[in-house]
Amino acid sequence: MRPRRFGTAELLLLLSILILVVVVAIPILLIFWNAFVVEGKPDFLRALALLKEPDTLEALKNSLVIAGGTTVLSTIIGVFFAWLVSRTDLPYKATMKVLFLVPFMLPSFIGALAWKILLSPRGGHINRLLMDLLHLEDPVFNIMSLGGIIAVETMYLFPFVFIQVSGALERMDPTLEEAARISGAGLFTITRRITLPLMMPSILAGALLVALYSLAHFGVPAILGTERNIFIIPTKIYEKIYASGGNFEAIRTGTMLSSILVLSAAAILYLQSLVLSSGRFQVISGKSMRPMVLKLRGLKWPLLILSVVYIALTVVLPTATIFLVGTLKTYGLAFKLENMTLDNFTYILFKWELTRDAIWNSFYLSLCAAAVTMLIGTLISYVLVKTKIRGKFLLEFLGVLPFSVPGTVIALGVILMWSGRFGVNLYNTAWIIFVAYIARYMAFALKSTSAALEQVHDSLEEAARACGASKWQAMKDVVLPLIKPGMVAAFFLIFLPALRELTTSVLLYGPHTRTIGVAIYTLNEDGETVYAAALAAIALVIIVLGQLLIKRVTRAKIESA
Amino acid sequence: MATVTLSHVTKRFGGVTAVRDLDLEIRDGECFSLLGPSGCGKTTTLRMLAGFEDLDEGEIRVGDRVFSSSARRYYLPPEKRDFGMVFQAFAVWPHLNIFDNVAFPLQIKGLNRADIQAKTRRALADTGLLKVQNAFPGELSGGEKQRIALARAIAINPQVMLLDEPLSNLDPKLREEMRFEIKDLQRRLGFTIVFVTHDQAEAMAISDRMLVMRDGVLQQVGSPIAIYEQPASRFVFSFIGLSNFLPMEDRDGRSYVQDAPEVGPLEVPRPDSVAGPTWTLASRPTHIDLQAEGGLRGTVLRRVYLGELVEYRVRVGPHELRIQKGARDQTFEEGAPVGLSFRRCLGYPED
Repeated sequence: MRPRRFGTAELLLLLSILILVVVVAIPILLIFWNAFVVEGKPDFLRALALLKEPDTLEALKNSLVIAGGTTVLSTIIGVFFAWLVSRTDLPYKATMKVLFLVPFMLPSFIGALAWKILLSPRGGHINRLLMDLLHLEDPVFNIMSLGGIIAVETMYLFPFVFIQVSGALERMDPTLEEAARISGAGLFTITRRITLPLMMPSILAGALLVALYSLAHFGVPAILGTERNIFIIPTKIYEKIYASGGNFEAIRTGTMLSSILVLSAAAILYLQSLVLSSGRFQVISGKSMRPMVLKLRGLKWPLLILSVVYIALTVVLPTATIFLVGTLKTYGLAFKLENMTLDNFTYILFKWELTRDAIWNSFYLSLCAAAVTMLIGTLISYVLVKTKIRGKFLLEFLGVLPFSVPGTVIALGVILMWSGRFGVNLYNTAWIIFVAYIARYMAFALKSTSAALEQVHDSLEEAARACGASKWQAMKDVVLPLIKPGMVAAFFLIFLPALRELTTSVLLYGPHTRTIGVAIYTLNEDGETVYAAALAAIALVIIVLGQLLIKRVTRAKIESA
Repeated sequence: MATVTLSHVTKRFGGVTAVRDLDLEIRDGECFSLLGPSGCGKTTTLRMLAGFEDLDEGEIRVGDRVFSSSARRYYLPPEKRDFGMVFQAFAVWPHLNIFDNVAFPLQIKGLNRADIQAKTRRALADTGLLKVQNAFPGELSGGEKQRIALARAIAINPQVMLLDEPLSNLDPKLREEMRFEIKDLQRRLGFTIVFVTHDQAEAMAISDRMLVMRDGVLQQVGSPIAIYEQPASRFVFSFIGLSNFLPMEDRDGRSYVQDAPEVGPLEVPRPDSVAGPTWTLASRPTHIDLQAEGGLRGTVLRRVYLGELVEYRVRVGPHELRIQKGARDQTFEEGAPVGLSFRRCLGYPED
């Protein structure tokens, strides 16, 4: 063996490490540094003192309540509907299953906007309707409360549990349940003693994802809470950074709160990996028979109606509200044809610079971020999966980081890094959002490209080499074509969420670099409810078109394969 | 009494008839195999016995009790049948340890703790699992997992045991061992076994009687010897063991190979079982002798040494036959002319 020198593999490793260090590691380090180091010396006591201030303490408490409540509620709803569509004879199961996944597509802050329009205590349409009908003095619902935030978050997060559990139920070896049945157990006993315990890892995995997202989400609590002085960690960070004019103490509080977010996210992900790696729950089998189905009998139609009503309330009603309000000439007018106009949409799309810019910004930022992140992700995954060189563990560690960093934290991190401290000032430019998007969506790119690369067995590349192909030719003609579907998937997995992104860009936008999410949010803040709704309606159309496009692209891929 | 009777049992899935008009009696205490290629309806039959599938027509009785009846729309649910069942993929519960897996059916029956303890321990002892009773299935091998499934099935001391390809996920050596263990358990505990398999050697080794199915239709029921020696059809002949087929044609009271009358007439009388002038000759590779002179004339294409045996591939007209002799019988070289005489052969009508 010739002595190892600095070859291509080492170069790629170094490049990958460098990218992750600059994009992810340093911003996070800066957050911890700012939080815990004062004038070059570590100072945990003062950091802790900041947390003890009443408003921060309140935000922490709210975060816990909202994350906890949302997780519990989402888990109950998700498990129930998953069980309903995969283990009962509910009519139109297949259609219902697709419908339960629709909330995945919808940005929750747009949902929050709709619910605020419908259920805010005084102005909400439903509240006013009920007060008129029942001659009440006080509004019936108040969506602008902790409970309201939990309810709205749950509507958009329960699919995480639903998809995990229904997938696991479908993949589960049905003979595990049949064995219990032939042992003499009835359906109730089987569900309690066999099915539920076996589903527990999937339920927990879904629940932890919900906890992670509800902890890190900015949109819903910002729209429903801030006005009422209900803050959670991300909205508190936003308030500190903006309202306090960026003074040092405010930034320190922000970094402290960010540190807490990062640590809780890391803890949640660690728990999840523990849950998922517990090997005794391998219950998936090859031989697949139709699973046992519970006959609902008399409950069949009532439960179908319940499911349909749930979808109508959580998906159709808010979406319709957004579209209807978007057509109003002035907010507050009744929904009558003479009060409606399509001018709002043409104004937003073609005339108003603010919204026109926002749409354009979101488009090119998502496009560039998706393309670049996908390529970087492929490079890093290649080094991680396909090479065997020393020092890889470092990259493995860095590769896990992007998964555990919430959007708000990334935003604060890039502010600390790219505001001139290291000679580069990107503040108020689109570049800072671009850099933040790369960090935020790196996890998606790594996940889907490394999955694709793991599918390509080493022997395929070796076979090409044995046929006389160079390393590069083997890569180009064998590996790349095989992982292309994974790369396309990575692109769309980044492009679509980035298009509707709010949590990160709301901390980073400048006068000319609003994104769609920011524009909707600020229009709503400024009381321009009609324009906010109209822009949200346009965003929904774009998102649905994008989803349809993905479906076509990925389906074409499957058919050609 | 645990005599299992199926009368006119038919099962359809959509447009496909999985089992057609099956009549069968499985006797008390016997080991009965359902054998056939995949998709022949054997697993569906077992699942109807277990109560997992309803019947489209017919009736299933155990002793004099009706378990399933399509006419009466009555189906005793699986959990009330008191059968033991072992599945192909083991189906041991990964979240319960070995003891709890085996104790589960007893707990469901609501026995008291002491009884559960005693019966579980006996089942574990019978299957050699006592030492690992506190382990979890994930820590055990495939063979041990199958033992758990067996222990769980015998724990309630069932009269009928349903086994759905229980050995096909095990490696060949273990498979043979488990076969003996299952037979041994049966001898000690006296239950009736209904055993589904696609492996004819396994069926022959384990069964008192067996049936062969094809496309949902019963082909033959009988002891392994009867089925091996007197297959009822060309299909059964080809499914059980190695086989040679030659299309034959009768002329002037003698039988010639179709398309190749020049290889000479058959030296044995044609079997009585065939009627028309054209028929199919079926013979096992070990039932054909090779000789230098006389017989059906052919040419040795290849000679393959198989250890115990030597296998000749012989061309007869346009056909190729496999003939197996003892390993020391290496008289004929490749390319040599050779004569075939059939010690035993059967005749079937032409397809």
